[in-house]
Amino acid sequence: MSTQRNTGTAFKPEWFETAQVNTSAAERRAATLTTRRSVKKEYQAGWLVKALQCIDLTTLAGDDTPGRVHRLCAKARQPLRDDIVEKLGLAKMPVVGAVCVYPTMVPHAVKALQGSGIPVASVATGFPAGLTPLPLRLAEIKYAVEQGAHEIDIVIHRAQVLMGDWQQLYDEVSAMREACGAAHMKAILATGDLKTLRNVYKASMVAMQAGSDFIKTSTGKEDVNATLPVSLTMLRALRDYGEYTGQPIGFKPAGGLKTAKDAMNWQILMKEELGRRWLEPDLFRIGASSMLSDIERQLEHFITGRYSALSHHALA
Amino acid sequence: MPTVTEVLNTMDYGPAPESNTIVKDWLAAHQAGFGHYINGAFTKPKNLFDVFNPSTAEKIASASNGTAADVDTAVDAAARAFKSWSALSGFERAKHLYALARHIQKRERFLAVLETMDNGKTIRESRDIDVPLVARHFYHHAGWAQLADTEFKDYGPLGVCGQIIPWNFPLLMLAWKIAPALAAGNTVVLKPAEFTPLTALAFAEICTEAGLPPGVVNIITGDGDTGSALVKHQGVAKIAFTGSTDVGRIIRRETAGSGKKVSLELGGKSPFIVFEDADLDAAVEGVVDAVWFNQGQVCCAGTRLLVQESIYERLIAKLKKRMETLRVGDPLDKSNDMGPLVDAVQLARVRSLVKKGEAEGGTLHQASCAIPEKGYYFAPSLFLDVGASSSVMQDEIFGPVIAAMSFRTPDEAASIANHTRYGLAASIWSENINVALEAAARVKAGVVWINSTNQFDAAAGFGGYKESGFGREGGREGLFEYMALPKPRSAEKQKPLAAPVTSLGQGPSAANLIDRTAKMFVGGKQARPDSGYSYEIFSTKGKPIGLAGLGNRKDIRNAVEAARNASAWSGVSAHNRAQVLYFIAENLNARAEEFAKRLVSGGHGGGEAKREVDAALQRIFYYAAQADKYDGRIHSTNAKRQTTLAFNEPYGVMGLVAPAEAPLLAMISLLMPALAMGNRVVLVPSQNMPLITTDFYQVLETSDVPAGTVNIVTGARDELAKTLAEHDEVDALWYHGDAAGCTMVEKASSGNLKSTWTTAHTIDLSEAQGTEYLRRATQVKNIWIPYGE
Repeated sequence: MSTQRNTGTAFKPEWFETAQVNTSAAERRAATLTTRRSVKKEYQAGWLVKALQCIDLTTLAGDDTPGRVHRLCAKARQPLRDDIVEKLGLAKMPVVGAVCVYPTMVPHAVKALQGSGIPVASVATGFPAGLTPLPLRLAEIKYAVEQGAHEIDIVIHRAQVLMGDWQQLYDEVSAMREACGAAHMKAILATGDLKTLRNVYKASMVAMQAGSDFIKTSTGKEDVNATLPVSLTMLRALRDYGEYTGQPIGFKPAGGLKTAKDAMNWQILMKEELGRRWLEPDLFRIGASSMLSDIERQLEHFITGRYSALSHHALA
Repeated sequence: MPTVTEVLNTMDYGPAPESNTIVKDWLAAHQAGFGHYINGAFTKPKNLFDVFNPSTAEKIASASNGTAADVDTAVDAAARAFKSWSALSGFERAKHLYALARHIQKRERFLAVLETMDNGKTIRESRDIDVPLVARHFYHHAGWAQLADTEFKDYGPLGVCGQIIPWNFPLLMLAWKIAPALAAGNTVVLKPAEFTPLTALAFAEICTEAGLPPGVVNIITGDGDTGSALVKHQGVAKIAFTGSTDVGRIIRRETAGSGKKVSLELGGKSPFIVFEDADLDAAVEGVVDAVWFNQGQVCCAGTRLLVQESIYERLIAKLKKRMETLRVGDPLDKSNDMGPLVDAVQLARVRSLVKKGEAEGGTLHQASCAIPEKGYYFAPSLFLDVGASSSVMQDEIFGPVIAAMSFRTPDEAASIANHTRYGLAASIWSENINVALEAAARVKAGVVWINSTNQFDAAAGFGGYKESGFGREGGREGLFEYMALPKPRSAEKQKPLAAPVTSLGQGPSAANLIDRTAKMFVGGKQARPDSGYSYEIFSTKGKPIGLAGLGNRKDIRNAVEAARNASAWSGVSAHNRAQVLYFIAENLNARAEEFAKRLVSGGHGGGEAKREVDAALQRIFYYAAQADKYDGRIHSTNAKRQTTLAFNEPYGVMGLVAPAEAPLLAMISLLMPALAMGNRVVLVPSQNMPLITTDFYQVLETSDVPAGTVNIVTGARDELAKTLAEHDEVDALWYHGDAAGCTMVEKASSGNLKSTWTTAHTIDLSEAQGTEYLRRATQVKNIWIPYGE
């Protein structure tokens, strides 16, 4: 992740109060965007390797164990078979963007990833609902950072959005950002709970004003996960914030992205709405667990011309 | 090909060509050239002209240039097929249309690739927009075929329809023409554009493949002369044309007096209005879909970008940024947004109009993407610093060029939007329902898209106001263009009228002790004729019964001006209009005896006169009743969370030229539907018997009819009708008169392409009432409203 941090701004409701998002238009743009671009052959292989490098390889389940986290980290270090890397002509084994776990799993992940350069991301702040008291949420961030997390995926307090308490939202996220210290902060908006794209835009803007380095769609636990229209809306907020402040903010769709095709759809969205720069892992992450194996299969297909079986690739 | 590592650096899209092998094989199999498709078979290729791929400028096929003899053969085939086709049950015709829809889907990629090679539109558009809409059109009209008998009771097919389509949506325009024609029971001779005949020829093969009976669809390829032969052909009952306003005007003149039904879908310079409370990013994407869709070669393209001043700079900045991600190139490449223009001629035209815009002081901003050197490409373009009257704001460019200017208030937006000779479409962007719907109501256009643009569907009518033409395509309203009510059996040809008698001293004409002067009625005031002349009125028995003013051009001018200014009538509620009509009936009833007497003085028998007054009263009640009941529809267009409202809007100013017979009832039969629907009227009463109409203005004066809503000019029918037909502020004209008069009216109406309804035969006044009159007094405006938060 880039060393450049979002400094945030003072609370500026004028940047979002009158914001308009037309849902039908956003849906139309999202629906046609991925039909306007197509990436084939070598290009597709390149794009998929890039997508792999942007994956926050994630396990956030109640039955996570140190063993499960170790296995995931091993996969993060070696996401592709050696023969595939070689035939793709890559100089070295690509690695994923980060490994994302619960706070209590951070020490296991840190240990397993030692020397790999792969950062550990931890969810925090009463993930996924974010309804524990603020001091506990802040303490949780500090705990995860102390355990070695380089990135913290916080969740916002959705009630503040639904009730229009933007100042409180700003204050809480600012406090979280402070608690993160040197760790980069991704703010999960849980857009499935916010329901309207207007809310999504406003919450995005407040989260960025409060210093989030990334804005992220979902915990993966809401009824609706990352969708293209929601992502489009967040990217437009992010672009507007960039125009106001000159600061590039990262974006992370999460939840429901499972296939290589999903990855490419979001890459196209990033490139079209924000530009080439936003295809790199310091500004783009994909929160996923099963997507990686589909990318592997597609890359093998590119090399061999034959369709690949899941069992031919290492389990995550 | 670069290495994967290189791609990781550049993250370019790379080439993504759609294969065209199968289409190339098909073209190779037709290397000898295409003939016409007549009576279910192809003729031998003859008089070949070349067909080019605009992205490479290479010849890809040749087709036959149809002669008048070819048109004859095709029309004959269609006329023969009409007998059995029109006799089929709705279900049988529905099965054929359904089969066509199915076969189009089975051949969808073939058709998309062929369309892209022939026209230059991107494969994304031909694949995702054109061809699916083509199939949808046939499906939808399979339904109309099934329902025509019950949903259009009393209406019947016309016969052979001559259809001439443009090159911008070759196959889609074919579908828009052929599907409703066939559904209604007509047969067709269709001429595709010279630049783009190939998908029509492929469609011909599909007709055979789908088992359509021979002669039902005939395709004649060729140039303007071929089209002209079709337009002039005596065996053709209907001409449907989509294309330029100039050619539309020629067709209106060429078909004048022929009795052919005509629908014209012509040019546009549609406004794209962005209010300050719009979603600006959405509006920017809207601009992309409005004017960089199909290279801007779209008649309804939103090419006048009107932006509220408070957000103008911000929107333009966003738009300029968006232009940087547009990609122009090989239209078969799945990652390109724009292909080439259709032909070198079109490219030259766009270039010259853009040059003119620059010479007038406009600032040209173009996308900086690479433009291929070969092929007819033109960069996405935006004109800034232009005024409402500059050529790039007024002239249809038919290329990827939009011109922007700001406005201050919704009022100003509406007046700039309507400051054009065209009236095809409008796109309105606002998150405020009041702002959006008010603008939609005020803009004079047949299609209005709120927070969207270039939406099409078979269930909604498409077509323009003003010089964008008349008639609708799609939906229920579109089907009427391919049907007609039968002529009354008793109809006789109207005979020419003798000139008004203006010489003095024909005999005593005033039976009253105090002389009475019949005047014109203009702007709510009784007015003497500008000429200062009067003409003598005789009873049917030849007895002089009075004098009427001899109206002239200036009286018409004044009357139209008054009607134009009386716009309030078109805005009052339908209930309010009904009240006024009822009040007219009330006041006429109070003077029923006087009106009956007037009829008797003109030669009616006593009983006949009383019956006519009674019938007039009933008719007024009928239209008072209809005023708030002949309402619009909500079309079930093919999208979720979207409503499409089809409003029946008044034309505005209508000219009504009354027939000679039954002077009271005929006048009422024309006037009341026009008024009920909210039109303001310039009425030319029966030339021979105008006095009952000049009596009638006293009824109007006492019935709360706002000044200028009804204007009456008496005098020589055809002279007055001609002035009305030529008047550019008259939006529609109904004319009853002789054949020469009908020809004259239709020809003269080509100036502003006003809608005309001419009748050269006598009408059965007992039946001259019904929704057909209301339909003819309105034009349908479809407002598309996507919704959802």
